[in-house]
Amino acid sequence: MDGIADMGGMHGFGPIDRSDDDGTFHAEWERSILGITFSALGAGLFNVDEIRRATESADPLTYLKSTYYERWLYSTEDLLKEKGAVTASELAIGRSATPVTNTVPPVTSDVARVILEQGGTSRSADGVAPRFKPGDTVIARNIHPHGHTRLPRYVRGKQGTVILDHGIFALPDSNAAGLGLRSQHVYGVRFAARELWGPQASACDTLQIDLFDDYLDPAGGPAA
Amino acid sequence: MADHDHTDPPSDPALRVKALESLLVEKGLIDPNVVGEFADYYEHRVGPRNGAKVVARAWVDPAYRARLLADGTAAIAELHFGGLQGEEMVVLENTPTTHNVVTCTLCSCYPWPTLGLPPTWYKSFAYRSRIVIEPRSVLSEFGLHLPDDVEVRVYDSNAEIRYLVLPMRPRNTDNLSEEALAALVTRDCMIGTAVPRPPA
Repeated sequence: MDGIADMGGMHGFGPIDRSDDDGTFHAEWERSILGITFSALGAGLFNVDEIRRATESADPLTYLKSTYYERWLYSTEDLLKEKGAVTASELAIGRSATPVTNTVPPVTSDVARVILEQGGTSRSADGVAPRFKPGDTVIARNIHPHGHTRLPRYVRGKQGTVILDHGIFALPDSNAAGLGLRSQHVYGVRFAARELWGPQASACDTLQIDLFDDYLDPAGGPAA
Repeated sequence: MADHDHTDPPSDPALRVKALESLLVEKGLIDPNVVGEFADYYEHRVGPRNGAKVVARAWVDPAYRARLLADGTAAIAELHFGGLQGEEMVVLENTPTTHNVVTCTLCSCYPWPTLGLPPTWYKSFAYRSRIVIEPRSVLSEFGLHLPDDVEVRVYDSNAEIRYLVLPMRPRNTDNLSEEALAALVTRDCMIGTAVPRPPA
C-alpha cells in the first residue's frame, strides 16, 4: 500500500536523533510486547508478513505518533482481533468474555529457543524458473496495490540492473493477505542514484534493493 | 484489515500490554513464563560483539573472508551465530572505491543475530526516509565524510535478506590480535554509518 510506512525519500523528518543510541528496551512493557508477539507468531496465530501489513495499515497520524514498540502493540492487537482470537471488548478489560476453549498450544521455552536460535526462512524449495538473470536491465513496475507490498514507491517505474539472484522466496504481498506463498525469485537490483533522485544525487552513488519477480518488467516493455 | 480504533489518543501502552498479556494467558494462547525469555535473549545472548567477531575473523583469515563473501549465512554459522532475522545473510565488502550502508525503509529490518536489536535511530523516520535519497548528508551527520569519487551504495533490506557490512581493516593494525581487532569494530561500522578507527 502507498502508506505512511513507505517513507524512503521523504523530506521533513529532520536530522538523525542519536541521543538514544541504545538498542535495548526502555520499559518492562516493551520487553513484554516483544515476547507476546513472538509467542503469537510461534503459535501460528499470524505470520510475519501479516505483522508488517498490520503495522503499515495504521492510520498515518497514529503511525507517526507511535514509538517502535507501540506499533508492535497496535499491530498485534489488530491482528488478534482480525483473526478472531480476541475481541475489542476483551482487550479493553483484559479478560475473556467466553469460557476458554482454546486448543492452540502456546509456545514453550523449548520452542522459543528454536525460534530464536534457528529462525525460519521464507526461502522455498519449489522449482520456480527465474524470469531474469544477473546483468539484465529491468524496470520496477509502476503498481499501487492496496494490500501489503515490499516494492517501495521510490523505485517504481525506475530502471535498474539485476546484480544477483537470491533464490526463491515466499511473496509477502500474497502471504500477508492469506493467499498462500506464491514463491518466486528475488533479485538484488541496483539503481543509479540519479535514476532514482535526479541530478541532485551523486553521479557515482547507487542503491541496491531486493525485488521479487512480480515487481519487475524487462526494460523495453512488459513480457508477453 | 486496518481499523481506526487508534485515532483517539492511545491509552498507556503499559496498561494495554498488561491487558493483552492477561487475556492471552487466560485464553491459553501464550505462556507467561516464556514471554520474557525473548527479551532476555536479546539483552544477554546477542549483540554487535557477535558481528565484530565475524569481521575480525575475516580480517585475519583470507579463506574465511572468501567464504563469508560467498555465503554469509554459512560462514557466520561457523562462528555459531545465526537464527531469527539472520537466516539469509549477505555480507557487503567495503573497498577503497565502494562504501556500503544498510537501511530498511519500509520498517526496520536488521540482522539481529550479528548486531542485536537495532538502535533507536536506525528505526527512526529520519534515517529511513533520508538515507536513500541523501546518504552523504546523513553519513556526514554521523561524522563520516566520504570522498566524492567513492561510490556510496545504499542497501534497502526490504525482502528477507539481511546485510552486514564488512569494513576495511584500518591501517597500523598488523600487530593486533583478532580480539583486539574485534574491539575496533563498532555496531555502526557494520551498518555502514561509520568506519573503524585505527588504535590511538
